Amino acid sequence: MAKVLVVTSGKGGVGKTTSTAALGAALAQSGRNVVVIDFDVGLRNLDLLMGTERRVVFDLVNVIQGEARLPQALIRDKRVDTLHMLPASQTKDKDALTPEGVARVIGELKERFDWVICDSPAGIEKGAMLAMYHADAAVVVTNPEVSSVRDSDRIIGMLDSRTARAERGERVEKHLLLTRYHPARALRGDMLKVEDVLEILSIPLLGIIPESEAVLAASNVGTPVTLHAPDSPPGRAYFDAVKRLQGEAVPMAVPEEKRGLMSKLFGRRVA
Amino acid sequence: MLVPEPPLEDWFAGLDAQMQRSPAYFAGKPVVADLTALAAVPELVAGLMEALAARGIRLVGIEGVEPNAAGVALPPLLAGGRTVAEGIAASEPEAPPPQEPASLLLDQPVRSGQSVVFPGGDVTVVGSVGSGAEVVAGGSIHVYGALRGRAVAGMAGNASARIFCRRLEAELLAIDGLYRTADDIAPALRGKPAQAWLDGEQMIVAGLD
Repeated sequence: MAKVLVVTSGKGGVGKTTSTAALGAALAQSGRNVVVIDFDVGLRNLDLLMGTERRVVFDLVNVIQGEARLPQALIRDKRVDTLHMLPASQTKDKDALTPEGVARVIGELKERFDWVICDSPAGIEKGAMLAMYHADAAVVVTNPEVSSVRDSDRIIGMLDSRTARAERGERVEKHLLLTRYHPARALRGDMLKVEDVLEILSIPLLGIIPESEAVLAASNVGTPVTLHAPDSPPGRAYFDAVKRLQGEAVPMAVPEEKRGLMSKLFGRRVA
Repeated sequence: MLVPEPPLEDWFAGLDAQMQRSPAYFAGKPVVADLTALAAVPELVAGLMEALAARGIRLVGIEGVEPNAAGVALPPLLAGGRTVAEGIAASEPEAPPPQEPASLLLDQPVRSGQSVVFPGGDVTVVGSVGSGAEVVAGGSIHVYGALRGRAVAGMAGNASARIFCRRLEAELLAIDGLYRTADDIAPALRGKPAQAWLDGEQMIVAGLD
């Protein structure tokens, strides 16, 4: 039975689209049939990160409005056979999404794919609500800093009340993905520590993705970081996260500050 | 949880019949109304409040309608209220239902942006109250976790209500209309178990050790 996963956060710019691409590609590589859907109508980015921006003919809104059939809008990834994406419209805005239309599209996708991953826009308005409504599971993307954590708390409250599952009295499986983690800043106290975030949000930790230049490099060439740089720290962290999503118990690696020999010998200058 | 459905006259007739069988059924109980069936007919929603108040039913929260459509006079939107089985009144036609203790127990954290309003008594949260969340109680508030949001106790004029928590990081504390913001709470108490109560016109916030 297909699983619908929403990647959401509340806060903007924390790594939802990056994570959707990375997780989707990693899941597809493990043999699953995966579709990633961009719900950010008007401000689409998933097509850029997946490298499909030059092949977009029809989009989610066209399908909802009956102007195109789903197979016409789906774009197959050139690198991984079992990975498809459904782009958002750039010319319309989220008012073009309807609950019935979204329900129909998700229903059709559930018949063809094992994983339907919805890349939510930021915020708590219509686009974000429709992206999460049909979710069986949620990845709550959070940066270890105070505004992101508070926004994620808000989103978690909505996952527990504004989803189809919540309305039926069932629960949405929630997972915390801590992104842009910077060990030195956490040590200095400039950023929250992992335990602090977990204490505030109280949902299981899916993974810790370290801040890394590999992420920017991958998005610049329109490739999910798990395909472009699978052995980089973020790449490996995303692969571990995907294993945990599928139920495997993988020990959590907390990124550490890499210190070279020189900085260990000459740690701090004293007066 | 009440679930009104159109046509409202028929629904109220059924409600009146149930209240005739068990007059004390709604007494003192917090009631949440699920208005999804009325969402398409906002005019009905306005009349509903008065009609329920006239029957002595106090709505503490509503579900299923947009806040703007609901109108300013309606109580805040709650989510996740549990349905009271309406068959209970029918099975005990003669004896009034046993008086339930007036207190609300929440065993999940209260998330940012959520608003819990319970005029009927104490509220106990087994978990934390997030920043940007609020708990409003007629009685005392007990938080077995961190209190990071707002706690408003004694809302119906109860000056002896208190606020207790395991970690004080509250944004605002209020008891019977007297309030104190985080800025005015002693920094030494931050992060510690604490309680707040009124002494005359003063709010005392002290450690709970």
